[in-house]
Amino acid sequence: MYSVRLSSIRHARALEVFYNAFEPAMVLLAPLLKRVGYGRLERPVAAVERTVKGFLFDCQMCGQCALSSTGMSCPMNCPKSLRNGPCGGVRENGHCEVKPEMKCVWVQAWEGSRRMRTGAKILDVQKPVDNRLKGRSSWLKVVRDKTEPAETPAKPGGKPAAGAVKTGAKAPT
Amino acid sequence: MTHRSAGRLEALLLRRAFVMTAETSPPDAASAESVLDRASCLKGLADAVNVTDGAGARAHMSAIACAAILAQHGIEPVLQFTVRDRNRLALQGDLIGAAALGIPNILCLHGDDPKNGDQPETKPVYDIDSRTLMTTARRLREEGLLPSGRPVAPAPRLLIGAADAPQDPKPEWKPDGLKAKIEAGADFVQTQYCFDLAMLRRYLARLSDHGILERLYVIVGIGPIASAKSARWMNEHLFGVTIPEAVIARLEAASDQWAEGRKICVELLQELSEIDGVAGAHLMGPRQEPAIAEAIAESGLLKKRQAA
Repeated sequence: MYSVRLSSIRHARALEVFYNAFEPAMVLLAPLLKRVGYGRLERPVAAVERTVKGFLFDCQMCGQCALSSTGMSCPMNCPKSLRNGPCGGVRENGHCEVKPEMKCVWVQAWEGSRRMRTGAKILDVQKPVDNRLKGRSSWLKVVRDKTEPAETPAKPGGKPAAGAVKTGAKAPT
Repeated sequence: MTHRSAGRLEALLLRRAFVMTAETSPPDAASAESVLDRASCLKGLADAVNVTDGAGARAHMSAIACAAILAQHGIEPVLQFTVRDRNRLALQGDLIGAAALGIPNILCLHGDDPKNGDQPETKPVYDIDSRTLMTTARRLREEGLLPSGRPVAPAPRLLIGAADAPQDPKPEWKPDGLKAKIEAGADFVQTQYCFDLAMLRRYLARLSDHGILERLYVIVGIGPIASAKSARWMNEHLFGVTIPEAVIARLEAASDQWAEGRKICVELLQELSEIDGVAGAHLMGPRQEPAIAEAIAESGLLKKRQAA
């Protein structure tokens, strides 16, 4: 919901505090999650994630969450899906070129990031979207990326994408 | 029948000559020379040369650039157009651009899935399907109109192709897929590999029963098989490909499998040219341009055609 999304940006600092506790907690749970099986957990966890983040951020389930680097403003709500800053079409009132009734996702991102301790992460360059991860749980991906060693690149010149490749290979969507 | 394109391929098809098309793939190199290094051996032998479009879901030189280079050097291209990488706006622009670059033929395809390519994380586009692409190309050609209704003058005159995979028709099987492709705008089809001519005859008989062959040129896919091993691989991995055991056994028994593969290809060419309803042969094979050129030359079909 749009109004909730705006409120999440106003509370970006509080959400940052929550995430700073939530993420290590999830990582601590990694052995348990692994024993239950990431494949088996994928659907229920993704469903919870979709519900919670859908409510708070209008999350689009790209499967590679960037919220902590984008001031709690989900860049996938940008009509052009821009993940590295706004386009040239931002209106004078800070609204979107494509959807004039909506505030620009990136204007919001800057606003949110200024409220956060680690707001400078907005300057990190986001990699192009890995479309294989769409609809999958970003939480589980983070846990796996942090707890499982990165795979060696399959081919020379290939990117050593860790969790991305593994999860994609296990259950192709 | 008036000509739909300015191409020689169509002119030959119209006078019911047995056509021979070949295939080349754009190089991973940014020079016209590298295109010609591969394909110029086909000049004067193949009636047209297909240019693959991001085959195997990998990036190479763009097909349209490669096809334009061929056209500039006297090799008529069949530009393969997949709907995987471009949305309708880009496709429409390229249809117009292709004709402007002197490319007279296109082959409309879906495209290999990015999952099987070397950048599986990419976003497949599929904004429109290959059938809609054919309809778009035909409307541009016949009415000079884009889907929005905006006119394009002069209109791009492109001969429109589709893909097909011959099969052994079950009694109840009807060529509904091909009918739909004709309705969508296909002037010709180039088929997947077909090495089983007995099966092909049964397939063509069924197409003929349904009046397909009067409305569509069927160009049958064959090629010089490099080895028995590669034949087995194709049977397992390529959709719609059946290389008969007899052919594989023959390759296996040969002392020089590569030469035997080319010999089989020559024989198939000669046999195909005798089959009613076959408009021509499409010779494929990755990096097999020289072998394809030799097979066409050895078949003697060009001389036969000139004499006729």
